[in-house]
Amino acid sequence: MRSLWRTVALAPVRDIALVCLADGIVGLSFGAISVAGGLPTWVPVVMSLVIFAGGAQFSAVAVVLAGGGPVAAVVAGLVLNARLLPFGFAVTDLLQGSWWRKLTGSLLIIDESVAFALAQREPKRRSAAFWTTGISLYVIWNIAVFAGTYAGHAIGDTNAFGLDAAFPAVLFALVLPMLRTKSTARPAVIGSVLALAATPFLPPGVPVLLALLGLVTVGKSDRAEPRQAVVA
Amino acid sequence: MTVAAILVLALGTYAYRIVGPVLGGRLKLSDRVRRILLVAAAVLLLALVTTSAFTQGHGFAGWARPAGIGVGAVLAVRRAPFVLVVIAAAATTALLRLAGVP
Repeated sequence: MRSLWRTVALAPVRDIALVCLADGIVGLSFGAISVAGGLPTWVPVVMSLVIFAGGAQFSAVAVVLAGGGPVAAVVAGLVLNARLLPFGFAVTDLLQGSWWRKLTGSLLIIDESVAFALAQREPKRRSAAFWTTGISLYVIWNIAVFAGTYAGHAIGDTNAFGLDAAFPAVLFALVLPMLRTKSTARPAVIGSVLALAATPFLPPGVPVLLALLGLVTVGKSDRAEPRQAVVA
Repeated sequence: MTVAAILVLALGTYAYRIVGPVLGGRLKLSDRVRRILLVAAAVLLLALVTTSAFTQGHGFAGWARPAGIGVGAVLAVRRAPFVLVVIAAAATTALLRLAGVP
C-alpha cells in the first residue's frame, strides 16, 4: 500500500480524474439499477444529493429491492457509514476556520477525498487534494446517477437482463480491497455464513445485520490498518 | 425507500462526518474503535453480497443469479475493470435464464 500512496502523491490530478471516471460509472449503475428495480426516479437522485455515500446507497437500495423494510435499509446504511466517523477525525485539521467550511467540507468526507488528502504531506496540498476530490466527485456522482436513471427506464424486464446479479457484483467489487486483509476477511466470511443460515427464519433485511456478530472474532491484537477501505 | 428513511440515513451519515471536524482535537478515537468500524463495513457488504446472491425472500434464489455473481466476483478478484465485472455478472445470469435455468 505504501508505494501506491507515493505514486498518488506524484500525480494527484491524473489519479483524481481516474477515480472520478470510475465513480461516474458506479453512479450510472446505481441510477440505472435502482430505477430498473422498480424505484421511482427521485429516490436514487435525492439519495445521491443528500447521502453522497455510494456504498450505503447501494446497500440501502439492495435491502429494499430484496424485500426488506425501510428500517433495515437505514440501519444497514448507517452501520456501513460508521467508518466515516474516523475519516472525519483524520481530516479535522483541514476543516478548521469558519462554520461554513466545516459544514460543506463535512458533506465531502468520503473514502476517496480522505485518501487523496492523506496521501499529501504538505498541509496546503492536503487541503487542495481534499476539496478537489470532494467537489469533483460530488458533481460527477450526482450527474451520473441522474443520467443512469434514464438508462434504467429504457430497460424492461430486469430479471431477463440479469440485473439482480449486477447489484451484488457491484457490492463485491467495492468490498474486495478490504477483504484482502485476513483479519477483515475472517469476520466477514463468518458473518456471511450466519446471515445465509438465518435467512429462512428472519424477516428480509435482518439477516444482513446479524452478520455483524462476525465482529466478535476481531482479535484484540489486530491493529488498525489506516487505508484499506475503498467504498465510493 | 420512503422520504423519512432517506432523510434519516442522510442525517445519520452527516452526523458521522461532522463529529470529527467539530470536536477537533478534543477527542481521539482508539485504534480498536477505528478498526472495528472499518471491519463492520466489510462484514456488512459481504453479507449483502452473499444473501442477495443466494436468497430471495426466505428461500433459494435459483442458480442463475449466484452463477452470474460468481463470474463477476472471479473477474473482480483478477482485477478486471469495474464495467466488465458488472456486465459479465448480468450477462451470465441473463444467458442462463434464457437457457432455462431458474
